[in-house]
Amino acid sequence: MKKVQFRSWWIPYALLLPQLAIVTIFFLWPAAEAVQSSFYLEDPFGFGSTFVGLDNFTDMLTSTDYGRVARFTGVFTLFVTFLSLGIALLLAVKADKVLRGASTYKTLLMWVYAVAPPVAGLIGVLLFDQHVGPLVDFFALFGWKMQIGVNYFDTSFAMVTTAVWKQIPVNFIFFLSGLQGISKSVQEAASIDCRSGMRRFWTVTFPLLAPTGFFLLIINITYAFFDTFGIVDVIVKNEPGNNPVTLVYKVYLDGFRGNDLGGSSAQSVILMAMVFVLTVIQFRLIERRVHYT
Amino acid sequence: MYKLKITDHLILLAGVFFMVAPVVITFFTSTHDAITIYKQGVQFTPGGKFLENYETVLFQAGGFTKEVDGFVMLKNSMILGFGFAIGKIIISMLAAYAIVYFRFPMATLCFWVIFATLLLPLEVRILPSYEIVQSLGMVNTYSGLIIPLIASATGTFFFRQFFMSVPDELLEAARIDGAGPWKFFKDILVPLSQTMIAAIFIIMFVYGWNQYLWPTLITTDESLFTLVRGIKQILQVWVGAQIPAFNEAMALAILAMLPPVLIVVIFQSWFVKGLVESDK
Repeated sequence: MKKVQFRSWWIPYALLLPQLAIVTIFFLWPAAEAVQSSFYLEDPFGFGSTFVGLDNFTDMLTSTDYGRVARFTGVFTLFVTFLSLGIALLLAVKADKVLRGASTYKTLLMWVYAVAPPVAGLIGVLLFDQHVGPLVDFFALFGWKMQIGVNYFDTSFAMVTTAVWKQIPVNFIFFLSGLQGISKSVQEAASIDCRSGMRRFWTVTFPLLAPTGFFLLIINITYAFFDTFGIVDVIVKNEPGNNPVTLVYKVYLDGFRGNDLGGSSAQSVILMAMVFVLTVIQFRLIERRVHYT
Repeated sequence: MYKLKITDHLILLAGVFFMVAPVVITFFTSTHDAITIYKQGVQFTPGGKFLENYETVLFQAGGFTKEVDGFVMLKNSMILGFGFAIGKIIISMLAAYAIVYFRFPMATLCFWVIFATLLLPLEVRILPSYEIVQSLGMVNTYSGLIIPLIASATGTFFFRQFFMSVPDELLEAARIDGAGPWKFFKDILVPLSQTMIAAIFIIMFVYGWNQYLWPTLITTDESLFTLVRGIKQILQVWVGAQIPAFNEAMALAILAMLPPVLIVVIFQSWFVKGLVESDK
């Protein structure tokens, strides 16, 4: 907070009123409802609900379906995070060195940031389509007969590819700005001491980028968990069936299609706990980032 | 110094190809007729149906939705994008101003209540949020579409960080000259924040425009559909269609991505600055 401040008994409250009102009505209230209904079993026809304690949680955690979705979400997150971070880092390192055409490369590599996830999903559906998709023809050359929406693995592959495509730009922007923040004198000193570019990268550049990398790791995990909803929804085409879906998608399915209010809320509460942990880690990293710079 | 090798350019070109090709192919496909696409697959050259397809999507109701045409959806997307970005900037600037520049009891409590929202994305509390918006009678209204999205504190957090970096001497000088809280805000803080406001506006506009889950739930009335919401409609029409209208679907996809992409490309330097600095 500032050392010099205004004093007034009403102005700050008036300024905060709109934000606090919105937060209370559209945030605290629903969050409290979610926690509350996770302990209740709602009658499917809307005639009241009964307190069931932790039953919703135990039902959920022991169900094979939930386990399957949780495992898929884990694998999906792992692939999306590491592939998009790895590709973005490679491109950022190369783009940082280029002198001619640097800004053109930069623009062309980052504009996909503005594409909405469901739009990305729709493009994925087109390119991976059974009848018209060129990628299906391409992989058929190697003897891989893709069946998106039928084969579990193939559908996951399409989802990961689309999600990675959509996420590369953000990582690229952050890595490039991180690389440009490394001082020229450090780089010059390193290039005098060490001739191997590869070694110089792993021993000097990479550690200096580590804070950006950790920060992006959290951003990417959050992305893979929540923001990929649109991609998943479009690729499974409203027919989840045996297709791979993420945990967030399951919250939506059970709540809006299955009308299982208690089960959906219990899943929400679990996800809230997960986001809470991620955010705490993120805040600590932000603090550390300040120390680095 | 480092000598640039041909492989570096090749890697970058491969990256550019990976990022750009899908959208170029989508665009080319959107300029052919449905039967060609169905027979020959996705198209890699521009076709002759550009005007026809885009005109159908923009001005004719009845393709994917029964009541509205693409133009109405474009308008709704604009309302959502601008409404969300402007609303968020006003509300979060005021809140951040109160938190940073005023001394008052319960300041810490207010701070934590607002920042707790960063912990919970909309996606994890959709069902209760939907029920509350429904009980308030805000389903199928613009306010129901926009206001619940503003609840998250990202904007407030950005502005708080920025206000903290403004030197204290400015406030001291302003107070010596007799400026009150309103005058200081209007004449000093807002002009100082211009770049920050522009950067946050771009990020928030893109975020609002690209919303999918919330509009899907809250707008069942077709006259309120946004372009991104319209994507879901495409899929429902496709199920059971003889020849899926790939061309028009892809034209809709191009329309849905064009405005945010243009804004990001044109205001690239502000956008990058805002994105990188606000997350620090």
